[in-house]
Amino acid sequence: MNPFSSGTRLRDMIRAIRACKTAAEERAVIRKECASIRASVSDNDNEYRHRNLAKLMFIHMLGYPTHFGQMECLKLIAAPGFPEKRIGYLGLMLLLDERQEVLMLVTNSLKQDLNHANQYIVGLALCALGNICSAEMARDLAPEVERLLQFRDPNIRKKAALCSIRIVKKVPDLAENFVNPVVSLLKEKHHGVLLTGIQLCIELCNHSEEALEYFRKKCTEGLVKVLKDVVNSSYAPEYDISGIADPFLHIRLLRLLRVLGHGDADASDSMNDILAQVATKTESNKNAGNAILYECVETIMSIEDISGLRVLAINILGRFLSNRDNNIRYVALNMLMKAVSVDDQAVQRHRTTILECVKDSDASIRKRALELIYLLVNESNVKALTKELIDYLQVSDQDFKGDLTAKICSIVEKLSPDKIWYIDQMLKVLSEAGNHVKDEVWHALIVVITNASNLHGYTVRSLYKAIQKSADQETLVRVAVWCIGEYGDMLVNNIGMLNLEDPITVTENDAVDVVEIAIKRHSSDLTTRAMCLIALLKLSSRFPSCSQRIKDIVTQSKGSLLLELQQRSIEFDSIIEKHQNIRSALVERMPVLDEATFSGRKAGSILAATVSTSLNYVNGVATSAAAPLVDLLDLGADEPAAAAPTFSGGNFLQDLLDVGTSPFPSQSGTTQAQKNGTDVLLDLLSIGSPPPENSSSAPDILSLSQDNKISVSPLDSLSSATRPSVQASSTAMMDLLDGFGPSPPPTKDNGPAYPPIVAFESSSLRLMFNFSKQPGNPQVTEIEANFTNKSSDVYTNFIFQAAVPKFLQLHLEPASSNTLPGNGNESITQKLRVTNSQHGKKSMVMRIRISYKLYNKDVLEEGQISNFPRDL
Amino acid sequence: MIHFVLLISRQGKVRLTKWYSPYSQKERSKVIRELSGMILSRGPKLCNFVEWRGFKVVYKRYASLYFCMCINQEDNELEVLEIIHHYVEILDRYFGSVCELDLIFNFHKAYYILDEVLIAGELQESSKKTVARLVAAQDSLVDAAKEEAASISNIIAQATK
Repeated sequence: MNPFSSGTRLRDMIRAIRACKTAAEERAVIRKECASIRASVSDNDNEYRHRNLAKLMFIHMLGYPTHFGQMECLKLIAAPGFPEKRIGYLGLMLLLDERQEVLMLVTNSLKQDLNHANQYIVGLALCALGNICSAEMARDLAPEVERLLQFRDPNIRKKAALCSIRIVKKVPDLAENFVNPVVSLLKEKHHGVLLTGIQLCIELCNHSEEALEYFRKKCTEGLVKVLKDVVNSSYAPEYDISGIADPFLHIRLLRLLRVLGHGDADASDSMNDILAQVATKTESNKNAGNAILYECVETIMSIEDISGLRVLAINILGRFLSNRDNNIRYVALNMLMKAVSVDDQAVQRHRTTILECVKDSDASIRKRALELIYLLVNESNVKALTKELIDYLQVSDQDFKGDLTAKICSIVEKLSPDKIWYIDQMLKVLSEAGNHVKDEVWHALIVVITNASNLHGYTVRSLYKAIQKSADQETLVRVAVWCIGEYGDMLVNNIGMLNLEDPITVTENDAVDVVEIAIKRHSSDLTTRAMCLIALLKLSSRFPSCSQRIKDIVTQSKGSLLLELQQRSIEFDSIIEKHQNIRSALVERMPVLDEATFSGRKAGSILAATVSTSLNYVNGVATSAAAPLVDLLDLGADEPAAAAPTFSGGNFLQDLLDVGTSPFPSQSGTTQAQKNGTDVLLDLLSIGSPPPENSSSAPDILSLSQDNKISVSPLDSLSSATRPSVQASSTAMMDLLDGFGPSPPPTKDNGPAYPPIVAFESSSLRLMFNFSKQPGNPQVTEIEANFTNKSSDVYTNFIFQAAVPKFLQLHLEPASSNTLPGNGNESITQKLRVTNSQHGKKSMVMRIRISYKLYNKDVLEEGQISNFPRDL
Repeated sequence: MIHFVLLISRQGKVRLTKWYSPYSQKERSKVIRELSGMILSRGPKLCNFVEWRGFKVVYKRYASLYFCMCINQEDNELEVLEIIHHYVEILDRYFGSVCELDLIFNFHKAYYILDEVLIAGELQESSKKTVARLVAAQDSLVDAAKEEAASISNIIAQATK
């Protein structure tokens, strides 16, 4: 006998575990038990096998690993006796699930047991099959189960029926085999068989339109009669639940009738009477009765229009809604959502009650009610409902505020009758729950504000008042800071007063205070602070008297550890200090933002990402334009200017708003910062109205950017077309700025530019290389690889590998992502640095391998790149 | 369809779990953690439904135990409450006023009974009497087999004396 198999009984083990005072003790006891069970398993000990398995199930329930017991289940199932099989099948269902390979081994035992002479063993096998069978097993064992649907004992028939549901779910093709047996099951008297037969019938109808048609013709009459009999049956103690005979059967019959009646007027008509009877006669003071009523209402709502019944159903829901029981109210709200599409007016009558439910103390009810209210809002009641919801926002639970805010914002955006109302409501929401407002919502608000030119003054004053009270709502602060930056002069001078406004006195210093507090506030995040800096820059020009104070505030961020802030404050400081003459042009008010563009962008934020990546490519060409700009403004003091990309003017809203929140902040911190640095300048420049001599060339930049936005991926076609214009505009731009700058900027030599190449192209994938070299270091080439997926499927686990001959040295940086969406929607970029030790003698070659997963299958693509430009 | 059945004690200990939809071992413990956090913290007068990951969990508390069943959005929540009660009544009849300890020490029995009430996440039998009869018949089969084994070992013991 094994020394470890202490032979503790199951009961003793459970006691020992329960006696443990700490988790560590429990682990120790379990470890010991598991060790002894393992030993016994490896001894192939027959005597204690069932006890060991029972112990393992308990251990499993506590969450410990028990995979080593899986084979024991199979052995027990293969044993001849009922007790072994019983515990074996239980273990099988608990310890395994359909995804384990081991399960395949049990198919044969199951087949034998399904044909066993002992009906209880057949029952065990059916139960196990019904609970865990996989598609393969379903295919293998379906004939056995089909046969058992006609077994003499009803208890086997009902198990076989449920087992068939699982089989049909796993292998829908098998559905037709079960149609005929079901027809006879539906004629049974035994409640268990009838119950399960109905469920199988519903499942078959879900899978096959033909089966549905067949049952509708053959069984509707019979089922209506069965329901009649059940409803009118006398007291039957075996099935009675609070005075109703077998509510489970009621409910399932109603559900099947719903499936049969849906979309068929004749079938609906034949169930008219019995539904009316159920709806009027069922006792509604107990849960069982309400469950039936609930099911009945749903059936009435889904079958073809029988107007009298609909009224009845809506009345039942009205009663439910005023019930004191929370469960009943919950299901009423749930059902009213479905009723809205059938009879909106009837549901609108209950609006006040539903609105009360939004304020319920029960989170589940609140959530349902809010969804329902959202459906009920229309042009006529939007103002009243929004007011109620916003009022409630002030007192609602913290964890409900997120949902509530999202819904209010959505209602306000969708149904606002005019702009001033929209702005008012949004400001209320921002002041109450600004921290829960999503980015796109406040972006949209800013777009609306810029478009409402007659409300600029009103908005900025309202925001100023709001921020005095709720300075801790992040998004409110952002919008306020943005508006003060743009419209600060209107705030101070009370410009554009509306009749309904009271004049307020705000000094220039007050306005700067707001921004200063926001930038210094401990909890402000990077975006807010960056927006503050921009606002300050703008105010420095709007309020010349505060210029020195603003400069001091900006200077404080020069030491910030956040690169973005540090860089911007240095830039802005120098603008304030050295470039007085161009400052006012730089910081002119933003042009009106195009609402259509914004909503388009909102719809396809993925698209926006593509635009930015594709724009990077233009850099290679446009560097000469970017570099002098950077020099001129002293920005690029310590950065390689060549790397600074240009950005489209059309994107500037995004840039100003999304300061520093780059899509891949972790890896591209520096490049991103540089990007933003230049963006702002470009943006600022595009705002300032260019002098006449430049007017021909500046629009080129803008038109280029528009081109880019439209064409998402075919970059190569664009390149030839846009190159000359960029160069032309860049020289013009240089001229323009030269005139302004205190000293002419030294032009940097950026080395020769190389055209990008299509390095690799297959039917599904395209790889582009963009090259750049650092001046003074001709051996080193920076390559930006750009992967585009031409197929419509998403590639996951995308990995790019490359190998080079000995005279080259390759350094790969992490890729921007490992998932590549289809249709060229988005691309992955990855930077490579190649050092050519034989520069000028040998040109570059590279072997590449790209692997990814498509529908969970590994795909490998390989190739060699030898079309590099010669002198890299 | 019922996706899974959970019995959780007020202290958050798991007393029974039955999965009718495939969940990996890891997901299972995550589900249990999430749901026990949500359900145990709910007040007594609130409704018995919790919305969770696009499903609904219907729960009901009996003494120190929470019986939870996870169903689809479109299923009848009130009926599931009845199913829970149906199961509890059968347990009660089987154990004779059932308590948590019964279910701890005889957890396998609780599973056997559940297997007579639900298969594939669907209700199998609406008669408590039938369920009780079927479970009793299978129990007696086990007892008979045990007796037989005992008597055989007795005979062997006597013969080898």
